[in-house]
Amino acid sequence: MFLKKSMIRFLTKFSVVFASLFLLSSNLALAAWGLNMTQGVTPISQDVYNMHMTSLYVVTIIGILVFSVMFWSIFQHRKSKGVKPAKFSHSTTVEIIWTLIPFAIIVALAIPATKLLARMDDTSKSEITIKATGYQWKWKYDYIDEDITIYSNLAADSVDASQKNSGIDPKTADNYLRNTDTALVLPVGKKIRIMTTASDVIHAWWVPDLGWKRDAIPGFINDNWTVINKEGVYRGQCAEICGKGHGYMPIVVKAVPEKEYTAWVQETKVALNSKQDSGDKVLSMDDLKSKGAAVFKANCQACHQANGQGIKGVFPAIDGSPLANLKENIPAHIHQVIYGKGIMPAFGEQLSDTDIASVITFTRNNWGNKTGDIIQPKDVLASRKK
Amino acid sequence: MYLVFSLIMFFIGGSMAMIIRAELFQPGLQFVDPQFYNSMVTVHALVMIFGAVMPAGVGLANWMIPIMIGAPDMALPRMNNMSFWIMPFAFALLLSTLFMDGGGPAGGWTMYPPLVLQTGKAFPFLIFAVHFLGISSIMGAINIIATVFNMRAPGMTLMRMPLFVWTWVITAFLLIASLPVLAGAVTMLLTDKYFGTSFFSAAGGGDPVLFQHIFWFFGHPEVYILALPAFGIISQIIPTFARKPLFGYASMVYATASIAILSFFVWAHHMFTVGLPINGELFFMYATMLIAVPTGVKVFNWIATMWKGAMTFEAPMLFALAFVVLFTIGGFSGLMLGITPVDFQYHDTYFVVAHFHYVLLTGAIFALMASAYYWLPKWTGNMYDEKLGKIHFWASAISANVLFFPQHFLGLAGMPRRIPDYSVQFADFNMISSLGGFAYGISQLLFVYIVVKCVLGGKKATGQVWDGARGLEWTLSSPPPYHSFSKPPKVTKALMEY
Repeated sequence: MFLKKSMIRFLTKFSVVFASLFLLSSNLALAAWGLNMTQGVTPISQDVYNMHMTSLYVVTIIGILVFSVMFWSIFQHRKSKGVKPAKFSHSTTVEIIWTLIPFAIIVALAIPATKLLARMDDTSKSEITIKATGYQWKWKYDYIDEDITIYSNLAADSVDASQKNSGIDPKTADNYLRNTDTALVLPVGKKIRIMTTASDVIHAWWVPDLGWKRDAIPGFINDNWTVINKEGVYRGQCAEICGKGHGYMPIVVKAVPEKEYTAWVQETKVALNSKQDSGDKVLSMDDLKSKGAAVFKANCQACHQANGQGIKGVFPAIDGSPLANLKENIPAHIHQVIYGKGIMPAFGEQLSDTDIASVITFTRNNWGNKTGDIIQPKDVLASRKK
Repeated sequence: MYLVFSLIMFFIGGSMAMIIRAELFQPGLQFVDPQFYNSMVTVHALVMIFGAVMPAGVGLANWMIPIMIGAPDMALPRMNNMSFWIMPFAFALLLSTLFMDGGGPAGGWTMYPPLVLQTGKAFPFLIFAVHFLGISSIMGAINIIATVFNMRAPGMTLMRMPLFVWTWVITAFLLIASLPVLAGAVTMLLTDKYFGTSFFSAAGGGDPVLFQHIFWFFGHPEVYILALPAFGIISQIIPTFARKPLFGYASMVYATASIAILSFFVWAHHMFTVGLPINGELFFMYATMLIAVPTGVKVFNWIATMWKGAMTFEAPMLFALAFVVLFTIGGFSGLMLGITPVDFQYHDTYFVVAHFHYVLLTGAIFALMASAYYWLPKWTGNMYDEKLGKIHFWASAISANVLFFPQHFLGLAGMPRRIPDYSVQFADFNMISSLGGFAYGISQLLFVYIVVKCVLGGKKATGQVWDGARGLEWTLSSPPPYHSFSKPPKVTKALMEY
């Protein structure tokens, strides 16, 4: 036997270190350090996790074997040990064997992967249908069967803390950058079909606990499904670069029991209806400005910036712009917010008349803009009717 | 020239990476705006791929291929000249966009529409820079093919060529086949933006996903354009320092060729999440996993070359060994990414970032470092400082792992790529990764010092340089004469063997 004791000891140590590193990364996944993929809360996410672990085990074992041979060689076959180099340069048998073995391994991996993919692809027999639409930078959710539409923006405390040199510790914000003002509420135990699409650029809808992500592409609708088994709040975020606010469009799914879900649907319908008939209210300048400031932060600030200066060459300034200062441009200003222009999205369907009136009043009476103009919800309504 | 240029670009691209890691050091936004961060991510990738790794590969080819096949020089010197001088202008175009209104391109180096169409004034500069770089690379590739097929010395049969030459011939064909596709794709972007076409706009009857298909039909072979020359370099270095012939020369050639051919059939594994039909996803999953076979053959051959050799561990060998281990780790994560249903979780996360940096930094760039140490004595006539070289190796190898290994965990835990700020649960690993990044950046300065010191002087190198080296380049003096072989040498079987 040419196996030396020292070599055996080395190999044992090497495998122990390697194996423990590997175990650390799989079994002892400390929550705070987030070492491994989540097992998730759906049957599919569990399968995906298992497939991930299988392939991780396979490559780790191959890695240990291959690198052990290599390091054995590095330690044994070195010139300083006085060895004479061998002369062999090929061996057809060996080469055929080590072509066939990897081939067999990948076939063994491909079979369960194919089955899993087929299960993921089957969106039939779903009970609830949601359409998720990506905007720069927020998500819109349409409950197709319920006639409910909600918008989901980054939560206000995260917006504040995420400003450059804000001086606010991100730890103080509730789930920093992973919290929204409105969550997507879903019932547990039902098969839910989630369609993804986008209005401007490509986004991707991803909640790791559901086990998949899918691109949201303007002009196309992608079909997906999930069954959430456990109540809870599951967080994710946009996963396809979509411009400046890419890191700031989180996704929050709130899974609740079916009863609670039905109640939520009723409440939301009532709330949305009451929002629509705001057209006849008359509000004071202060009310409009304070409400407008909040609307601005959630919808406008990402492009036009907190100081209203925009970004030169991409996003125009509001501060000092003719559109937001000249009296004769008031109708044009309202029109642009409702219907959008160029890469600016149309806010008409996202915001109520009161929201639009207040944000326009706010922008015309903030920073250097001191027009004194007051826009009322009825002005917005009038513009919509044209 | 190419090599100096690519080293400069390596440091420009590297300083962008330092900005990225500095911003990601802690949660919260400290140094740059999100828009500028995105343009750093975009330009870092373009500079590193087109400015650092590709020109370095072409530079090595220009210098070493004529010497290795017994030719006086490259076949088409004027074309070579033009191919080089296009590049500084192309990068002047690209880098100047960072100072324009609206900033540099910020949609990712993959330039996906519709996002890329929102680029400001930088847009036409981006498109034309990509065009110029493509033209430059195609000319370089034509030159290499012309040289290898016409100027080999008598007796230098195809199956006697050093593997570095073989991998470059195959790479050159990949370049010629794939770059025109990229040129077509970016031209379509240009007309979509300025001339009212709608190739990629659904509103006009186009398809944004079409761009991704075209781009990755170029993009995946591009990965092997970066990696194959590295395979060639490693296949030169390991036999030299193991003092034993390369194991399975013929299977190495066949494996390289099959990787190159397969690389044209796997492009959609970059886009599993766009919503392909299931049959398409299955096809691309199988084809992708298949690439593991020839790649595995290469790794096994390298290890069999070491087996029962008489190894010594100078800096080039150290980098080559690290390449074998770390590139293989990158290959493992690549196999995992190739499994479609699981890729739905991995896709566009830091797991992918870790994967391609293992393949490109500890893969391609480590191989380039190895080649620099390996051939520096030949080029300059002086030995480099071996002690400093070893320090550079250990510093690079350790810091690169501290930099990229934790990114696997970040990706699995759910951190998407290309974000300037992140949730606090990702803070610890990002800090470790950034520290590794800074250490890696600083240790590369040592490399510049070693190279300059070697050029200026040092122990004189013999023609043979390394006692285990075989091949025509080692029969010449160090440094070689201006026209390497003015009289074609006679290549016999014995010259290449041990």
